[in-house]
Amino acid sequence: MAEEVLPETAAPPINLEPAPEKRAAPWTRIIAIFLKQREATIAIVVIALVIYFQTSSSAFLTIDNIGTLSQVAAVPAIIAAGEVMLLICGEIDLSVGNVYALAPFIMYFGVTDYGLSLPLALVVALLVSALVGVVNGIIVVYLQVPSLIATLGTLLAINGITLTISNDFPVGTPGPGTRFAGVFGHDTFSEIWWAIGIIIVMQIILSFTRWGLHTTAVGGNPLGASEVGVNIRLIKMSNFILTSLLGGFAGILEAFLITSSTPDQGGTNLMFTAVAGAVIGGTALQGGSGTIIGAFLGVLVLSLLNNGFDLIGVNANTFNIIIGAAILVAMILNVRLQVLRKAGQQ
Amino acid sequence: MIDQTQEDVLRIEGIAKRFGAVTALRDVHLHLQRGEVLGLIGDNGAGKSTLIKILTGFIQPDNGKIFVNGREVRLRSVPYARSLGIETVYQDLALVNELSVYHNMFLKRERLWGALLLNNGAMRREAHEHLEQLGIKLPSVNIEVAKLSGGQRQAVAIARAVSSDAKILLLDEPLAAMGAREGAQILDLIRGLKEKDVSVIMIGHNYVQVLEVCDRINLLQHGEITFDKPVTPNLLEEINEIVMREYRTSKVSHGQTT
Repeated sequence: MAEEVLPETAAPPINLEPAPEKRAAPWTRIIAIFLKQREATIAIVVIALVIYFQTSSSAFLTIDNIGTLSQVAAVPAIIAAGEVMLLICGEIDLSVGNVYALAPFIMYFGVTDYGLSLPLALVVALLVSALVGVVNGIIVVYLQVPSLIATLGTLLAINGITLTISNDFPVGTPGPGTRFAGVFGHDTFSEIWWAIGIIIVMQIILSFTRWGLHTTAVGGNPLGASEVGVNIRLIKMSNFILTSLLGGFAGILEAFLITSSTPDQGGTNLMFTAVAGAVIGGTALQGGSGTIIGAFLGVLVLSLLNNGFDLIGVNANTFNIIIGAAILVAMILNVRLQVLRKAGQQ
Repeated sequence: MIDQTQEDVLRIEGIAKRFGAVTALRDVHLHLQRGEVLGLIGDNGAGKSTLIKILTGFIQPDNGKIFVNGREVRLRSVPYARSLGIETVYQDLALVNELSVYHNMFLKRERLWGALLLNNGAMRREAHEHLEQLGIKLPSVNIEVAKLSGGQRQAVAIARAVSSDAKILLLDEPLAAMGAREGAQILDLIRGLKEKDVSVIMIGHNYVQVLEVCDRINLLQHGEITFDKPVTPNLLEEINEIVMREYRTSKVSHGQTT
C-alpha cells in the first residue's frame, strides 16, 4: 500500500542556492576584504614600516641592526606559534613568559648542582617546561577552570619557583663559547633561524595534519567536534604542552644569547607581545581561526616598531602608550570582525 | 500491510527508560525495514529524543532488546553504534563553520598521506563524489561551511553520515532550520537515500513534510508507540484526529486538576 504514494525513486539534482548575502555597510565590507587577505595586509604594514624607519634612520638596515631586530622578534615569534594553537582551540596561556624565565635556571642548576651534561640539562629544562603545560592542561581541561584564570595562577606560582631556586640572583649560562651554545642561541642569527624553522613546522602542523585540523574544529564548534568524535581534551592538553615547551625553549635560546639569566626576564610583557602579535596577525580571540605565519608577521610589526622607535629616539615611556593603544585597537577590530562574521551567517 | 518478506535492519522490543521518577519510555516496539523511511512523530516530551539517544548509543535503556540485522546488540557507546552503521544527524548538525565542506565531511576520519599529513586532494575528490552521488550541488567543496545556507548545511551533514557507511540514519528534525523550498530539496535527498541502501528514521514536527517523505509513520505518545501505519493519502487527517483528541484530553484532565 505504501508503494502507491511513493514518488519516483530517481534522485533529482538538488540545487541548493546560496543564502542571499546580507549586504553589510561599506566599511565593514572593506574590513572584510582585508580580513580575507590578512597575511598580505600585515606583510604590507611590515614593508611600510621598514621603508619608513630606513628613511628616518640610516642605521636601520645595517647588518648590526638587522641582527638586533631578528633577536627582538625571534623569541616572541616562537612563543606566538604556541599561543596561536591555543587561541585557535579556544584557550590562552598567560604563564608562558614565566616558563621562559624558569627554563634557563633549571638548565643552569642541572649543570652546576646536579652535574648533568649541558645537552642533558637542556633536555631536563624542556621536560620541566612541558610539565608546566601538563599542569595548565589538567587544571583547564579536567578541572574546568577557565584558562585565563588558571594560567594566571600558574604564572604566579612559576615566578615564585624561579625566585626561590635562584634566591632572586641572576646566573650565567653554562658552556660559554662552545659550538653548542652558538647553535642554541649565541650566534647572532641563531634565534631567528630557530624561529623560522619552528614557524614553518608549526604552520605545516596547523594546515596539514589532523592535530591542526582538530585544533580548529575544537575552537570552532566544541560540541560538534565532540559529537563527531574529536578528542577535545587531548587537543587542548597537547596545545598547552606545546606552548610551555616553546616558552622554555625560547628562554634557553635567550640565555645562551646574552650568557646570563635573571629571574624577572620575560614574564607578562613577553607573553603579551606574543599574544598581541598573534591577534594582529589575524588569530581570532574567540577561537576557530588563525595562522602561525600571520602571528609571525604580527610579532614582526611590534618588533619593528620597538626597534625603529628606539633608533629614531622615541622615549620608551611614550612608546608604551603608542604600542598599548595600537594593540588594543587591533584586538577591538579582531573581536568586532568576529561578531560581524557570526552575524553574516544568520 | 507490512511486507514481511523484507528484512528488518532494526528492531526494538519493549524498550523502557526511566530518569528518576520520570518514565521517558514505557514499552516501545519499533521496526525499520531495509530502505525504508520511517517517520517518528509525537509531542514534546513524548520520548522521541530519549529513543534517538538510545539508538545512538548515548544512553542505555533499562529494559528491552535491540536487534540490528536480526542480531541482538547492546548499544553500549556511540562509537559502537556507529560501527554497526547507525549514524545520527543532530539538529545542530555538528559542522565546524571555520572548516571547508570537505574537511567537515572527513572530520575524524581524515584521509592521510603517509603517516602524518592530510591528503586534502583525496578528501576533496571523495567529498565531491559523495555529494554528486547524492545529487547535492554546492558551489565548491572548498567553501567554508559558514558560507552555506541552512539547507546546504543539512545536506552536507547528511552526506557526511551516508559517506561514513551509514546503514541506519537517524535524522533529528532535519527540516527545522530552513524554508519551504529548501525543505523540499532536503526531502528529495532523503528519498534518494533508498537507492543507497540506507534506512532512515526521521523525527519531525511538521506532519505534512514527514508524510511527504516517509513510507510509514509511528506516533510516540507518553513513552509508547500508539500508532503504526503506512503512509496513505488520508493519513494526515487520521493523525490530526489523534493529536486533537490527545490535546482535548490533556485539556480536560488539566481542567479537572485545577
